[in-house]
Amino acid sequence: MKTLTLPLRPEDVRDLSVGDPVALSGVLVTARDAAHKWMVDTLIRKTRPPEGDDQACAAALRPLLDGGAIYHCGPVVAGLDSGEYRFVAAGPTTSSREEPYQADVMAHFQARAVIGKGGMGARTLAACASVPFVYLHAIGGAATLIARTVTRVVAVHKLDFGVPEAMWVIEVKDFPAVVTMDAHGSSLHRDIESRSAQALIRLIGLEPGAG
Amino acid sequence: MLDLTEAFVELIRRTSTDLPADVEQALREARPREASDSAAQRALDAVLENVDLARRTASPICQDTGTPLFFVHHPPGWSTRQLREQIRAAVAEATRRSYLRPNAVDALSGKNSGNNLGDPSFPTIHFEDSEDEELAVDLILKGGGCENVGAQYSLPHGGLQAGRDLEGVRRVVLDAVHQAQGQGCAPGILGIAIGGDRGSSYLASKQALLRPVDDHHPDPELAALEARLTEEANQLGIGPMGFGGETTVLGAKITHLHRLPASFFVSVSYMCWAHRRRRMTVRRGQITYS
Repeated sequence: MKTLTLPLRPEDVRDLSVGDPVALSGVLVTARDAAHKWMVDTLIRKTRPPEGDDQACAAALRPLLDGGAIYHCGPVVAGLDSGEYRFVAAGPTTSSREEPYQADVMAHFQARAVIGKGGMGARTLAACASVPFVYLHAIGGAATLIARTVTRVVAVHKLDFGVPEAMWVIEVKDFPAVVTMDAHGSSLHRDIESRSAQALIRLIGLEPGAG
Repeated sequence: MLDLTEAFVELIRRTSTDLPADVEQALREARPREASDSAAQRALDAVLENVDLARRTASPICQDTGTPLFFVHHPPGWSTRQLREQIRAAVAEATRRSYLRPNAVDALSGKNSGNNLGDPSFPTIHFEDSEDEELAVDLILKGGGCENVGAQYSLPHGGLQAGRDLEGVRRVVLDAVHQAQGQGCAPGILGIAIGGDRGSSYLASKQALLRPVDDHHPDPELAALEARLTEEANQLGIGPMGFGGETTVLGAKITHLHRLPASFFVSVSYMCWAHRRRRMTVRRGQITYS
């Protein structure tokens, strides 16, 4: 088990390889579908002019994401009435939906880790090497267990996106994950998919997805 | 008519926080099949620890508490309008108590309603008038990750050389499992419907998920296909979480519907390992859960 403490330096990330179990500590930010679209449209490609609290949110997020980590997660949060927020359940959501955005987001903010489940595609893998950053796979569905590693809810941005889609700034201690895409071009997901495609060909006697 | 609102809240709490015994047992049996200290085995360890912790602390097994799917079988004389109102009130209350995540998002504005109540189809409630004396309500909480990897095939399928027979069904189901990889939170359970129209077929594939993981189809031919699909899906090597390994699915459940001469749909609903499924029955005012 490798222990990682945020923020991470490029050399910390390059020290990691596919298969390494890690325990992550420090402050990270949750972001999923609405947040990725917002970051890309408003802050990166600027196809949509900033409005409301966009600039203030961006200013608050930049220092957290520089060397930081983005967690694909839509949590169950208690204390919504009082504002004394507590994470009740907080496993990862499927990362592949952020494939169109992730490489740009990581490069823009110089973030060093993205945490999710299911892995990501070729464009993100290439960016893992160039930015650099790693993809950390958390255990899908292990939501109560993971919520126990959240020691504090520091802040929340974009709560108008809804509780699951908001950008929650949380402090974690020994958040468990495994490196499945590294900064050296390796991806466990690419390898498993290729092996399962070969197994499928054996089982049904042709190429998957053909025709 | 009884006010069952609080009973429905309890049904939701149990469904969200307490994994059914048959599903947990299947996960426990999967663990020793994985290589010692592999990523797959560590994933199953975390899954089992989480199941235990969620049950003890009455907190959601998975933060994606999904689409609540209610299947209500009621004796004559029950008001479906009142039952619907009570279920909706219970869903809002369960959300307030953090048993459910607010999950109802307006498809156009993107606004989350905050209480899990959307248009009349959110939560989804199916009513069936039954001859039984008791009211029976099945609830499945089906998360979005696994819902997104569901698939529907129209046979014949040229690319997969799948014709309109059980061999064709086998081919497309294996393709669906391959396409899903680990994204539906493997090891999953497959609900498979053969026939119907596009809508009825998908619905039936979800109803197939109400069967216990360890049961056997009464039709020997379909029982054999269920066993074969489970075994062959596991030969794909996708494994828990898609980390590679021996257990990709825990089971396959097949149902079939009449179809049009022109149509032959095969619908696959992929259920994640967190197969949250519970039943509440009301008999002469007595409420029981299973």
